[in-house]
Amino acid sequence: MDPLELVGAEPGPARTILFDGRPVSALPGQTLAAALWADGVVAWRTTRVGGRPRGAFCGIGQCFDCLATVNGRPNQRLCLLTAEHGDAVTTQEGHGHGELDV
Amino acid sequence: MLKRTSYDVVVVGAGVVGAACAYYAARAGLRVAVVDRGPVAGGTTGAGEGNLLVSDKEPGPELDLALLSTTLWRELAEEFGDRVEYEPKGGLVVASAPAGLDALNGFAAKQRTVGVEAVPVAADSLRELEPHLAEGLPGGVLYPQDAQVQPALAAAHLLRASGAERYLGEAVTALRRGPDGAIRGVVTERRELAAPAVVNAAGTWGGAVAELAGVRLPVLPRRGFVLVTEPLPRLVRRKVYAADYVADVASGSADLQSSAVVEGTPAGPVLIGASRERVGFDRTLRPEVLHRLAAQAVALFPVLRTVAVQRAYRGFRPYLPDHLPAIGHDARVPGLYHACGHEGAGIGLAPATGLLIARQLAGEAVEFELAPFRPERFDGTAEGSGSGAE
Repeated sequence: MDPLELVGAEPGPARTILFDGRPVSALPGQTLAAALWADGVVAWRTTRVGGRPRGAFCGIGQCFDCLATVNGRPNQRLCLLTAEHGDAVTTQEGHGHGELDV
Repeated sequence: MLKRTSYDVVVVGAGVVGAACAYYAARAGLRVAVVDRGPVAGGTTGAGEGNLLVSDKEPGPELDLALLSTTLWRELAEEFGDRVEYEPKGGLVVASAPAGLDALNGFAAKQRTVGVEAVPVAADSLRELEPHLAEGLPGGVLYPQDAQVQPALAAAHLLRASGAERYLGEAVTALRRGPDGAIRGVVTERRELAAPAVVNAAGTWGGAVAELAGVRLPVLPRRGFVLVTEPLPRLVRRKVYAADYVADVASGSADLQSSAVVEGTPAGPVLIGASRERVGFDRTLRPEVLHRLAAQAVALFPVLRTVAVQRAYRGFRPYLPDHLPAIGHDARVPGLYHACGHEGAGIGLAPATGLLIARQLAGEAVEFELAPFRPERFDGTAEGSGSGAE
């Protein structure tokens, strides 16, 4: 069943975010994590040590598993950020701060 | 009572100090139980940064203890290796002004006379050691003996290696005493553990355990906050702190003191301490303390301005009025031993404490001057006034 029907939701028009450059539709109020899930994307980061895929785990901002680069800023929790039109989410490799390596 | 089990010694407290006492007591051939009202590393141990420092200690009994512990940690690192994230990375203390550098160099010169390795670092060499350090700092001192462990892992592995039986989530409600006053064991919420010796390794609650034996040990909590940044590449190679930290550690003031103590971790986040406040067991987050810590850390490492703090945690250092722990047998109660009150140095001082307690328990020679750590030293003082006997 469509979850929108289940809760009787009548969301406003969708906006578009970019995931690694590809347009993804997001409803008003939806988090970036939820929009990606709805699009079938479940992983948007690789771990620092093993390079393993990660996405949303707790979904409530506690576990820091759902980190990705948003609009150029690494380590953003996608489960807490509301999707805004034009947001650019980029798959993050490791700590995402390669520019600070010395 | 469920049942009565007999041991040679019951250790109260499953923090790193209790774990070290259990570890060395078991190695001395004793049958050991560890009881804690919470989980392993549930108190100060779980709220620390895992510093093993000689750099912040002036010559005296605590530094002697720290130097012994430095040797013991190296032995333990051979046994436990990476499992406790032991990093012999050294500490770098930096002065923020020329006058501070003179004081720091004077302090280091005194430390060298008792066996501390302390290497002066000129201003133009600081950034070779720590490339992200702020420019224009007047100089510092490198302490190669400083090291770090992950404290909760250290407590857990010491405890596991001890083979001690563990009774977790059981508060000690009473100490059993014989007609002569000597310790016979402990009573918990669920059982009785018989033993002729009890080690009080209860950290900030050490005073309450002493009170169960009718003696006074004035352990006070001293609150500290730690900031945890997002995971980063290795920006900070050593433990780096401002020279003001040494004065803060030695202060007895109840007011807020803070000075930047910055270090990277194998997991990625940078940890930023260290604040000190005497506010009882108040766990309230105090944003102005977090702001101060962040600002002081940025003054040392400007690059931190560009990174995010993920969270903050707080803990309570178990603090005795003269800044020395209580270690050893309590002359007032036969069979009662204390191993608490290590303030912010408990992770570092744990092995030496455990080893010395184990030697006393086993009746072996203790080749170390324990007099400055006598648990009954506060009797008759303002802080220690109160019942000295039952």
